[in-house]
Amino acid sequence: MNKDILVVIEHIRGEVADISYMMIAAARQLAETTEGEVLAVLMGSGIENLAGNLAADKVIYLEDPQLANFTSDTYQQSLENLIRENNPRAVVLGHTSIGMEVASLLSAKSDLPLVSSCLSFSGENGSVKFTSQLYGGKILAEGLIPEPIALLTMVPGGYKPEDGQSSTPPLVITAAAPQFADLEISVKQYIEPETGDVDITSEPLLIAVGRGIQLEDNIEIAEELAEAIGGVVCASRPVVDQGWLPTSRLVGKSGYQVKPKVYLTLGISGAPEHTEGIAGSETIIAINTDPAAPIFNIAKYGVVEDIFDLVPVLTEKLEES
Amino acid sequence: MPIRETFWNIPHWAEIAQYLLGLLAILIFSYGVIRRVRRWLKGQPERRIDHIRSRLWSVVVQAVGQARTLHDIYPGIMHLTIFWGMIALFIGTILATVDWDVTHLFFNVQFLTSWVYVLYELILDIFGVFLLIGLGMAIYRRYIVRPDRLANMPGNGFIWDDAYVLIMLVLIGITGYLVEGLRIAVAQPDWAPWSPVGNAIGNAFIAFGDPSNRFLHYALWIIHILIAFVALASIPYTKFWHLIAGPVNIFFRSLEPAGRMSAPVSEDEPGVKEWRDFTWKQLLDFESCTRCGRCQDVCPAHASGFSLSPRDIMIKLDTYMWQPANGHNMLGDVISADELWACTSCLACLNICPVFNDQFSAIIDMRRYLVLEGDVDPQLQDALANLGRYGNSFGKSDRMRAKWTKSIQPKIKDVRRDEVEYLWFVGDYASYHASMTDKTLMMAKVFQSAGLDFGILYDGERNSGNDVRRVGEEGLFDMLAEKNLVTFSKSTFKTIVTSDPHSFNTLKNEYSENGNDHYSVLHYSQLLDQMITSGQLKVSRKLGYKVTYHDPCYLGRYNGEYDAPRRVMSALGCELVEMPRNKENTFCCGAGGGRIWMEDPPEVTERPAENRVKEAASLPGVSTLVVACPKDLVMFQDAVKTADLEGKLFVKDLIDLIGEATEMNLAEPKEQN
Amino acid sequence: MNIVVLAKLIPDLVEELEIDDSGTALDMTWLRLIINELDDHAIEEAILLKERTGANVTVLAPDIEGVDDILFTAAAKGAERLIKIVGDYESGVNNHALARVLTPVMKDLQPDLILVGVEAHEDLDGSIGPLLAGYLDLPFIGYVASIELEDGKATATKEYPGGLSVEMEVTLPVVLGIQVAEEPPRYVAVSKVRQAMKTAEIEELEAGDFDLAGGPTIDRMYQPEVSEGATIIDGSLDDIADSLIGIFKELGVQ
Ligand SMILES: Cc1cc2nc3c(=O)[nH]c(=O)nc-3n(C[C@H](O)[C@H](O)[C@H](O)COP(=O)(O)OP(=O)(O)OC[C@H]3O[C@@H](n4cnc5c(N)ncnc54)[C@H](O)[C@@H]3O)c2cc1C
Repeated sequence: MNKDILVVIEHIRGEVADISYMMIAAARQLAETTEGEVLAVLMGSGIENLAGNLAADKVIYLEDPQLANFTSDTYQQSLENLIRENNPRAVVLGHTSIGMEVASLLSAKSDLPLVSSCLSFSGENGSVKFTSQLYGGKILAEGLIPEPIALLTMVPGGYKPEDGQSSTPPLVITAAAPQFADLEISVKQYIEPETGDVDITSEPLLIAVGRGIQLEDNIEIAEELAEAIGGVVCASRPVVDQGWLPTSRLVGKSGYQVKPKVYLTLGISGAPEHTEGIAGSETIIAINTDPAAPIFNIAKYGVVEDIFDLVPVLTEKLEES
Repeated sequence: MPIRETFWNIPHWAEIAQYLLGLLAILIFSYGVIRRVRRWLKGQPERRIDHIRSRLWSVVVQAVGQARTLHDIYPGIMHLTIFWGMIALFIGTILATVDWDVTHLFFNVQFLTSWVYVLYELILDIFGVFLLIGLGMAIYRRYIVRPDRLANMPGNGFIWDDAYVLIMLVLIGITGYLVEGLRIAVAQPDWAPWSPVGNAIGNAFIAFGDPSNRFLHYALWIIHILIAFVALASIPYTKFWHLIAGPVNIFFRSLEPAGRMSAPVSEDEPGVKEWRDFTWKQLLDFESCTRCGRCQDVCPAHASGFSLSPRDIMIKLDTYMWQPANGHNMLGDVISADELWACTSCLACLNICPVFNDQFSAIIDMRRYLVLEGDVDPQLQDALANLGRYGNSFGKSDRMRAKWTKSIQPKIKDVRRDEVEYLWFVGDYASYHASMTDKTLMMAKVFQSAGLDFGILYDGERNSGNDVRRVGEEGLFDMLAEKNLVTFSKSTFKTIVTSDPHSFNTLKNEYSENGNDHYSVLHYSQLLDQMITSGQLKVSRKLGYKVTYHDPCYLGRYNGEYDAPRRVMSALGCELVEMPRNKENTFCCGAGGGRIWMEDPPEVTERPAENRVKEAASLPGVSTLVVACPKDLVMFQDAVKTADLEGKLFVKDLIDLIGEATEMNLAEPKEQN
Repeated sequence: MNIVVLAKLIPDLVEELEIDDSGTALDMTWLRLIINELDDHAIEEAILLKERTGANVTVLAPDIEGVDDILFTAAAKGAERLIKIVGDYESGVNNHALARVLTPVMKDLQPDLILVGVEAHEDLDGSIGPLLAGYLDLPFIGYVASIELEDGKATATKEYPGGLSVEMEVTLPVVLGIQVAEEPPRYVAVSKVRQAMKTAEIEELEAGDFDLAGGPTIDRMYQPEVSEGATIIDGSLDDIADSLIGIFKELGVQ
């Protein structure tokens, strides 16, 4: 009977991504039901130190120069090997630009079932249930995690990163990577992000504009509000894609993970790709005309109003006071 | 007895030489004309020979009578005097020729004798003065006042051409007078005072004595004749060409309603890429342009700093069609996409053009090609994609189209199921735009309380396609129109009413082209006017406001409806103060032709809507701008903010006034669900 | 050079989604199906590559209502070959099943490059690109934002969060998951699509039986509790603004 939960730690250029801690937190919960252990898998070269604060029972560290940079084939081959050796109940990966492709490749090549976009898990008399987020966060789907071994990719939102961290360093077992065969992908170079005007990840108050802003000219009303209250404007992808704000202001899956005290959204629906970037916010306040917008599910306060009506009033009052 | 002694002092050989030269001039002239006509015929076919009588009549009014030219006072009078001066002199010359070389030569009769001749001399003398006055005004205006619209960009090649025409006419006029004066100086006939100018010149020359004056007369006659023939021969090669092209163009002008655009020549590949893809009539347009610049003066895009000048479009295309081989592409090199996208489809240009050019059709045909190539502004692309997918430009579900009706009791009839008298075609803006909800609800309330038998199509309505068509996306227009027409055909109603002048226009003028006119179409201002006049809608309070009113392009210029909204306002007790640009001279808000879906380029200095609200705000005692178009409302409400007129100018929809005058309130305007 | 693009139709999120009576699937009656936006980007990228290198573009899609439109639209953009996979999609087909069906099809087509949107919002059993790559034994790179082709190799730019990206070189054939095309998908005039309907031909291939193994079974589907967390502030605009300012003060940001 397989019991252990393997967690594939994601890191880019010497930093563990937040999703990894959330996955460990989730895996801890899973392991409780299966009565197994949480095994974190860290792959890379010269990054053993990243294992330090992972709240796992064990960390399997695969050290290999060919793992220095992520490519789907080296990860897939390494994991195929580890799964064979460890016979886990589940392998948890991020639903990210790293985990998603590795999980699907593994599923096809090793003939393992895969459940993606998992938000949370729960145990029920021995079997474990997944809850996945589909259709832009508008629908949740539940089911049993297939047996005996399942691959799971996780989206943020269900667990807190803190719960996957620990101050006592875990046991680290360094192992050799397998003999890689037929590698076709090689990393040529990294391209740095455009250096932004402000660092939105360290701002305490963010005003986030979404597609609801409609026109480039309208960004102004958000800028005015930001000025009146002393915050900084950031945005969802559609706004950045239009070129109305620079990439340095993009929040979400392909942008920045932000952790402000207050995150105020103007016309943002709350798609998971966006909300995963704001899980670290202390308080989310959402303004949206659609009372069914998913953003209200994670916001602490919500206002169902037209931003073009409300924001100017708010700005004016802030300016007065 | 006074008699016209043609060829006085002219030897016989010179007379003969003159006819030979004349023949030569006519040959050169004819060659030029043929060359022009052959170029037009390279264009695509288009039928323009129906209704001959109205065509002829419009030539009489517009070419002979110069009706449109006269709209603009100074240039109008200037042109009229030159035109009629030259026409009179030309007719005079013809008469003299007939008198001498036809009736006299063959029948030995002259009709330019006695009082007829004296009158003839007097009239020609006076018209000669008109000509010179007109030319003086022209020279003063072009070279001293130098208004923007006469600036010769693009194509400096025209500079000599403009001067050439003026110089030739001045020379013809002056040498003509001198020849006359010298003849009078030598012959000193009794009836000389009947040619006041000629006589005055004659008196001045008497002192030189006979032989030298005789010689001078002879020499100047030769010069006069030579200049006249050069001018004649040069007509098809110079700006003089408009003498012919103008009237011909007026004759062949479109007699369709202004709101009915012509379909593209090729359905599969709509649009114009090369000059030959234009129709022959469009090519004739380019040639007829006299570069007067009236269209540029009234163009809202031009006024706002967009790169578009309708005049330049005409000039550039005319130049291009004669020298297309120099390696430039028509689209891109000669005409830029920015120019084409700047047009708001307001029709001010073609409404003012003295030679009845259709600048807009050329722009649309080129837009059609840009659309075909996918060369569209990203925001416009979004709008078109949304229109294709959801039938509205907002990208909202069609099921949300009638969301605004939720709070209305009793429920508005669904025309697809229930028979009604009036089908209310709500339109995208009135259905989806947040600023419009109150107006739409008010309209429903007004209709309901007046007991109007009406209904809507709920999620069955699609954008009417008016602006889609004017963006140049003909296929999408067809698709939207087809969908609406199918829904119409399954419903029973008598009349369509809509608050949107754009929908009104296409429903009225373009849907019926498809052979579906068992219904009539009304703008809500027309229906409200009828309802008030018939007593169906009762005004309980006279408002006593001092207001001004903006004529929507698609209601006014497109469809000639200026009075209904004015009657409604006056019935409500509003005092109307007209803006300087009103009725057919209305100034576009800048939203038409799909511009509402496009981003303004950075060079735009003052958007048309800002320009317009400033005009409204400058009227003494007026603080309300009344509109009768959802897009106007949205545009002007925004412009009031950006032009810093908040609190000074209020934009109201006609229906707001009705609501106030009938003391109806929307119980709970903002409903939460 | 042969490029095959795989495109899927998925529910349009502009419409309100409803769950059917079984409680385990979406109610399809009101759904509008549209092309997966990222697949549209994949088609655009393929057309851009065709314009740069003269490649042949084949677009392949499951035969779901509306598929003809997206295939003809692709043809109007410049795709040479259109194929739809005919089969019984009614009972729900997952990405594993689709990838299995496509494996022999792809082997026949022998593409040098397979492009597909990196994900779709309805994927519950992983995304189709890497599944297909797994079955075909081809390399996969996802989140690709640009592609360079040169003799037997492709250089793909993969995006990571925070604006960082990486250039990866890979030997062909390869499956690439497109995140965004180098240019936004172009507009296709309706007349062009109509033209394509007259001239282009859609080939049909039989899917055969679908094997759903590899994906989970859904026991329950539901909409997240509306406004679960948020305290809704309402009232007049003035009241709301005052409450918000109160909250800002309380949280110490004002
Ligand atoms: C691989 C991948 C990566 C992605 N990465 C990111 C990412 O990093 N960041 C990101 O943000 N997105 C990302 N996305 C896109 C994401 O899926 C959503 O499409 C996007 O977040 C939606 O942005 P939005 O909420 O602004 O727009 P929409 O979903 O269109 O929502 C607009 C909202 O505004 C509301 N609204 C409209 N008008 C008004 C008004 N007048 N007043 C008030 N409210 C109004 C509407 O009700 C609606 O809820 C990614 C997608 C993919 C596939």
